[in-house]
Amino acid sequence: MAFLYQTGRYFLFLGKVFGRPVKHRIFFKQIIDEIDDLGIGSLGIVIIISFFIGAVITLQTAYNIELPIIPKYTVGVAARDTILLEFSSTIVSLILAGKVGSHIASEIGTMRVTEQIDALDVMGINSAGYLVLPKVVAMIFINPFLVMISMGVGIGGGWLAGASTGVVPSPEFIYGIQYGFIPFYVTYSLIKSVVFGFLIASISGFWGYYTSGGALEVGRSSTRAVVVSSVQILLFNLILTQLLLA
Amino acid sequence: MIEVNNIYKSFEGNDVLKDVSGVFESGKTNLIIGQSGSGKTVLLKTIVGLHEVDKGEIIYDGRSFTGMHTKARKDIRKEMGMLFQGSALFDSKTVEENVRFPLDIFSEMSLVDRIDRANFCLKRVHLENVNHLYPAEISGGMQKRVAIARAIALNPKYLFCDEPNSGLDPRTSIVIDELIYEITKEYNITTIVNTHDMNSVMGIGEKVVFIAEGEKCWEGTKDEILKSDNSRLNDFIFASKFLKQLRAGV
Repeated sequence: MAFLYQTGRYFLFLGKVFGRPVKHRIFFKQIIDEIDDLGIGSLGIVIIISFFIGAVITLQTAYNIELPIIPKYTVGVAARDTILLEFSSTIVSLILAGKVGSHIASEIGTMRVTEQIDALDVMGINSAGYLVLPKVVAMIFINPFLVMISMGVGIGGGWLAGASTGVVPSPEFIYGIQYGFIPFYVTYSLIKSVVFGFLIASISGFWGYYTSGGALEVGRSSTRAVVVSSVQILLFNLILTQLLLA
Repeated sequence: MIEVNNIYKSFEGNDVLKDVSGVFESGKTNLIIGQSGSGKTVLLKTIVGLHEVDKGEIIYDGRSFTGMHTKARKDIRKEMGMLFQGSALFDSKTVEENVRFPLDIFSEMSLVDRIDRANFCLKRVHLENVNHLYPAEISGGMQKRVAIARAIALNPKYLFCDEPNSGLDPRTSIVIDELIYEITKEYNITTIVNTHDMNSVMGIGEKVVFIAEGEKCWEGTKDEILKSDNSRLNDFIFASKFLKQLRAGV
């Protein structure tokens, strides 16, 4: 019952979020601010994680290929496909669900318990739209860029790890990442990143918006936002994979 | 003038307001008093539309707020200013941006005019040289004054104050009460103040409504309050030893 109640409430909340923005000039400024806060602010962690995971994927793949008949460039193929298909879109989005999701839920939750949202409502402002829509638009816009950066840095990390350790020579890795390349994998990954960006911002905004109580409840909302958006990312990853790659 | 007619409000089967009626007049500071948990805040939030009534009607100068469509309500909301218990200033905005916020959203004034208006409102509440500070960088009393400045930025017809003195020292409380009183008179605003501070009641209570357990038990003026024979009101008013002695003439 609680699941159905929250699902219904989430869709009603989305109806409020997608209401008409108060003033377009203010709305666009908010989007730029959110892109800076949520997107550019996450660039550091995306680069660090992508670099090291790309390096580890390359080394692990190389160390697990024992047959000498398998050419070295297959390490590049495997690293590329793992990064393009799953890591950069799904895993990076899961990381962002933790970082950005908890940030959104705690920010909006704190505004709720300190009556800042009531203040917006009394002024006649659609508080859900004013607070959450710029975050949703910003995440839909910036998440694909973060995913593309992650792809580049991840593959770069793999190349550097392979070349510097001598496990996969540079020419073979570069040949591998070009071998049998399917451009649709990038499109598939970017489509997923758009959906995941929407899920992270809207679900986290929802939990923050309906916080009631005090600091403890803000913490709980933040945790729920991360857990629910992570589960939804995994669920939609499955659905989108079946829809786009079948 | 705001009329409240027989309103009821409950949360999950718990009756918080029961058949509350009253008239809050323009140009007067109307006080709602009562113990903590008596339903004062719910009543105020119901009047401003943050909670929907279960039954009854709220009328703003002849306009039925309860039966109104959301869009029509927005027009009335632009005539409202509200001071919240914890000030409810936006943490991410400076003092000036907080005061300017309703103007940024609703007015078509130029930026220079909006800044001028914000400065005028800040001066009106005796605040200067704090424009670029954030709410966390100023005192609780200053935050309340900024919240009043924000509430009057759009020249409201109705001002609502939820426990404006909570957390303030007696001297600052008097400053806030005086500001609310002066602004009410100056702009002929219908002001409703929720409080359990007896200093406020005796200082600015032109009309006082006493709420107990969600029901209106008494109404009158600050002069009538001390002479009332309403036992529930007396239990609330003379709860302190000092006031009991004062009443007994000790």
